[in-house]
Amino acid sequence: MALNQEFVGRVFRSVEPYEVSRVKIADFADAIGERSELCRDRAAARREGYPDVIAPPTFAFVISWRSDELVHSDPDLGLDFSMVVHADQSFSYSRPLHAGDVVVATTTVKSIKSLGAASVLNTATDIRTVDGEHVCTTRSSIVERGQ
Amino acid sequence: MALSYADVEPGTEIPPKSYRVTRLDLVKYAGASGDFNVIHWNERMARAVGLPTVIAHGMYTMAQAGRYVCEWAGDPGAVTEFGVRFSAMVPVPDDDEGATIEISGKVASKLEDNKVAIDLTARADGTKVLTRARAVVRLP
Repeated sequence: MALNQEFVGRVFRSVEPYEVSRVKIADFADAIGERSELCRDRAAARREGYPDVIAPPTFAFVISWRSDELVHSDPDLGLDFSMVVHADQSFSYSRPLHAGDVVVATTTVKSIKSLGAASVLNTATDIRTVDGEHVCTTRSSIVERGQ
Repeated sequence: MALSYADVEPGTEIPPKSYRVTRLDLVKYAGASGDFNVIHWNERMARAVGLPTVIAHGMYTMAQAGRYVCEWAGDPGAVTEFGVRFSAMVPVPDDDEGATIEISGKVASKLEDNKVAIDLTARADGTKVLTRARAVVRLP
């Protein structure tokens, strides 16, 4: 089934702000094998000039995933997630995410295209603090394989 | 201890690294990232959708490339831009060996504002699993 083109340009915002925590950053670093103490020890992070422990560069996906999911799971889009493959992903940071950040993620559907029987959905997610400071923009491209 | 911008030369090859990924790593990553897609931990369901076995999250592989760059730069906060295309899956067998992701990189260019562009390659079992993989890091 083709995806609903009316979604292009629609904006989806995460309902609640996301509070970045030291424990979550440390667990994420453990899970990916990132050993830096800057992801675990507040004093070490502060010695390097960061306000608190900092997240590794793909951590923003944990946040953007939540508002991207609002797009994917909207029944009007017509997406069958069991047929989805993640095609591209990028991150553009103004600064690293750190423990204590309270952020809002806003996803815009940038394009929906056909690739033969498959559909390609591109989204961009803006992650900024509740005070309006931009932290990161993530871009995702997913492909729903054709039947 | 971080690498400095002055130390870096365009064209320099970054020493390659190999990272093992086992089923346990995928379970930990699912919990840490919130991505509980069954194809990353459930063999029966992975096979039911036509996959040969459980496969790693694409984002797990991207995280390994990120880790590689951060280890080279000496600072997990150094990355300002990072992008990849997922070109092939990483099957992870149910054993102690798991799969091995091999990452290599090269300094592509030095940019303004103490930034350095790195081109990355990631392979598993000889197959390229990430393409168009590029990071920009800011160094002291």
